[in-house]
Formats: sequence, C-alpha cells, structure tokens
Amino acid sequence: MKTKKKLLDGVRMRRAIHRMAIEIVERNRGTEDLIIIGIRSRGVPLAERIAQRIEEVEGTAVPVGILDITLYRDDLTTIAPQPVVKPTKLPEPIDDKIVVLVDDVLYTGRTVRAALDALIDFGRPRAVQLAVLVDRGHRELPIHADVVGKTVPTDREEVIKVKLEEMDGEDEILIQERIEEK
Amino acid sequence: MRTQTSALRSKDLLGIESLTPEEISLILDTAEGFKEVSERPVKKVPALRGQLVINLFMEASTRTRVSFEIAEKRLSADTLNFAASGSAVEKGETLIDTAQNLMAMRPDMIVIRHKHPGSPKMLADLLPASVINAGDGAHEHPTQALLDAFTIRERLGRLAGVNVSIIGDISFSRVVRSNIHLLTKMKANVTLAGPPTLIPAEIERMGVRVVHSLDEALEGADVVMMLRIQLERQGKLSFPSLREYFNTFGLTAERLGRARDGVLVMHPGPMNRGVEISSDVADGPFSVILEQVTNGVAVRMAVLYLLAGAHLAEHQG
Repeated sequence: MKTKKKLLDGVRMRRAIHRMAIEIVERNRGTEDLIIIGIRSRGVPLAERIAQRIEEVEGTAVPVGILDITLYRDDLTTIAPQPVVKPTKLPEPIDDKIVVLVDDVLYTGRTVRAALDALIDFGRPRAVQLAVLVDRGHRELPIHADVVGKTVPTDREEVIKVKLEEMDGEDEILIQERIEEK
Repeated sequence: MRTQTSALRSKDLLGIESLTPEEISLILDTAEGFKEVSERPVKKVPALRGQLVINLFMEASTRTRVSFEIAEKRLSADTLNFAASGSAVEKGETLIDTAQNLMAMRPDMIVIRHKHPGSPKMLADLLPASVINAGDGAHEHPTQALLDAFTIRERLGRLAGVNVSIIGDISFSRVVRSNIHLLTKMKANVTLAGPPTLIPAEIERMGVRVVHSLDEALEGADVVMMLRIQLERQGKLSFPSLREYFNTFGLTAERLGRARDGVLVMHPGPMNRGVEISSDVADGPFSVILEQVTNGVAVRMAVLYLLAGAHLAEHQG
C-alpha cells in the first residue's frame, strides 16, 4: 500500500469530529432520545468522541453503543476465512429513540445496509441517521449520510485509511493506492 | 467492507486432539460474540442463510441435539434431523450408504453422533460437507469440552494455571478425553479421581495427575467436574453398588466444604442425582451446570460459523 496523500491531519480531523457533533445536536434540536451507535471497529471510538464532544457542548451525556455487523454481511458466503465475530452492546432499548449510526468511511453502502438490518433486530427506532467521517462516493445502494466530516472524490483503486489514536496511536486520514500483487 | 482474518485449518471438527491452542482460543473468542445473540429480543442472525445442516444422531441425545438445533436455527441455517430409529438404518443400511444418500441432497454440514469411535472421521474423509463430531463412542465430544472451557474462562477469566478436577467414570467418557486434550493444551492443571476400575492404565501419559480419593481431588481445585456414571456403557457395574459409589465419590455439600470458596461445580449432564452428585450441590450456589447448557448454544454457533468459513476456503482454494 502506497500513501498518495494525507487527506486530514490530527488537528483538522478533530475539528471535523467536533463539527459533526454540533451538527447532530442541531439537526435533532438537542440531545433528547439520542443514542450514538458506532459500527465496529473504527466507528466505535468515533462514536465515543462524538458523544464526548456533545457532552462538553450541551452538558448532557448521550448513551453510546457498539454494533457488530459481521453476521449481517451480504458477502459472508463468498469471503473466506470468516471475519471475527464480536458482541453488539447497546446501552438501552432503541425503541422510539433516534439512533445515530457512526462509521469511519462511507463507500459502497453495504456496511450501512448490514447495520440497518442488525439494528432493526433490536427494536424499532423512531429514526436512524448516519454520520461518517469520510464520504468517498461509489455507492452501490441507495444510502446517504446525514452528517459528513469530509467528502472526497476517489478512484475505486484508492483506499481511504482512517487512523485513530485509540487504535492506531495517531489521528490522520490518508489516501492510499493499492499496489497490484503479482 | 473490512475483514479481520482468522480461521480453522480443517473443514471438520472431529476432536480437540487435532486443534491448536490458537484454534481453541479462536472458537472461544467467537463464542463470546455469539452469546450476545441469544440475549437479544430477536435471537437470530442471517449468517448461515441458505445452508443446510443435517443432524445425524445415531445414538440417544437430548441436550446436545437440541443445543445444536438451536444454534443452527439462530444462525438461520436450514436443519434436518435424522435419527437411527424410524429410518433405513433399521432396515440394515450401512452408515456409509446413509451418508452418501444424505450427501446426494447437498447438505453443507453434517453433525453426527455415533456409538462407534471414528465414524465422524470416516464421513469427513468421504464427504465434501463439513462434519462435526457430536460424540463418537468413548473417543471425543469436542463441543462439550469447548463449552466447558468457555464456562471456566468466562467465570475465572483464564484457562492457564486453573486447577480442574474431573471425578467419576473416566474410562467410558468421551467428555473426559476431549476435556483432557483441551485443558492440557491450554495449560490448565488436570486431576482425575474415581474408582481404580474406572481409570484407564497409563492415563497419566496424557499429562494429568491421578488421585484415588474425592477429598484429595477437591484439595486446591478451582473447578470440580463431576461425570455421569454411564450405566448403559458399562454392561455391568465396575464397583460394588451405586450407594457405595455415592458414599465414596458422590459430591455432597459437606465434602464440597473442603474445596476453596467459589469453586465451580460442573457436570456435562444428564445428572444421576444421588449417584455422582447430591441435589443440594447440583442446585447450589457453586453450580454452573445450567450456565454450561446456555454456553453450549453459543459455542456450537461459533463452531458452525467458523467451519462454514473453513469449508468455503477449501472450495476457493
């Protein structure tokens, strides 16, 4: 994998997350009935950061959950070996709540499709919204994000690498190029 | 979508003996993810949608068969139960013919319980489907050992260094054989106790300690695993009477008082109350016997899920 460009450095990335938090509060006119749910794996620390920002600005704590979508993937019977399954942890029932799904990159939309199916098995939220740090285009399903940190046009050959301090030791977003393995 | 890779090497689960410690850990870690599925309002995920699993039970079983069936249904697989009684087996069909006929219906996995050791291996070599051993004679019962290990790990946080005492009918037990393989691979300390007539010669070579009294086995134990006296497998009793067995090796609340506080009492079931275990212990505060049953579903879901992946890898390879 070859790095082509740094899309956002740590400072700009944290600023984008801060703005996403504000936008979530703004579009929902407060924090009432909000639940922030991160999609494993990089959506989880992002969801926590967004909730933290909201609490700093609004002074109210927002419940945070974790969604594992592995078992709902549409490519489970075509990929091998199987991805590792981890538990889903929701802080409270999602019935009649406003769920904000959080992920790092929105690409084909298939992860979000799986996440919606997984979520519906836990109840009937009043609304589900989607917040992503990077929207890179190339959707294969009719899915769009409500809150976006950064929109960037990409080629399909490119890879968007989101690094988070909690998992990777530093904050940054890179555009990388897949090098063909011969 | 992202993938994290980790897999089993074989398309089949025939026993614990052939698994590596990494594979055992993978199954137990995966089972943690699946345990949560059984606690949801909708206890079902679409992971094995469209896959056909045949449960081939040629020997009596309630718990294991039901547990596998629930695991399969929670993964959205189609399941078909096949029992020896009421089938062509009664008309003299061989296991190989039965299996080949079933295979002609294109199942993806076969779960088999059979009284003859090695029959799952025979099917696995013969058929392209994944084969899971649900107990073969006195050989192995891998998913039981995995659910036991899962329960110990969940309660005590680890397997390495845990002192596990297994008491009772050692020689006729496939559960013990699988448990010894698993626990020694994971660096737990295993002690066996039972009447000398029910302890095979040279079993110490499997890396276990043998003692001949219950008190000795209870001393320092973190886990006490009581085994069922398998009257049906013995033909005749290997000890004077069931009453005498209970007096010598039966676990009572009084005797359990000699073990450390917080000791886990386990039993693979079905229990003979008043033979190997008294009711006050079986239903008592240290008993995790029903947790074992709950965990059995999660562990079997993990095995089915992981084998579906291994099966696929083989086809692609």
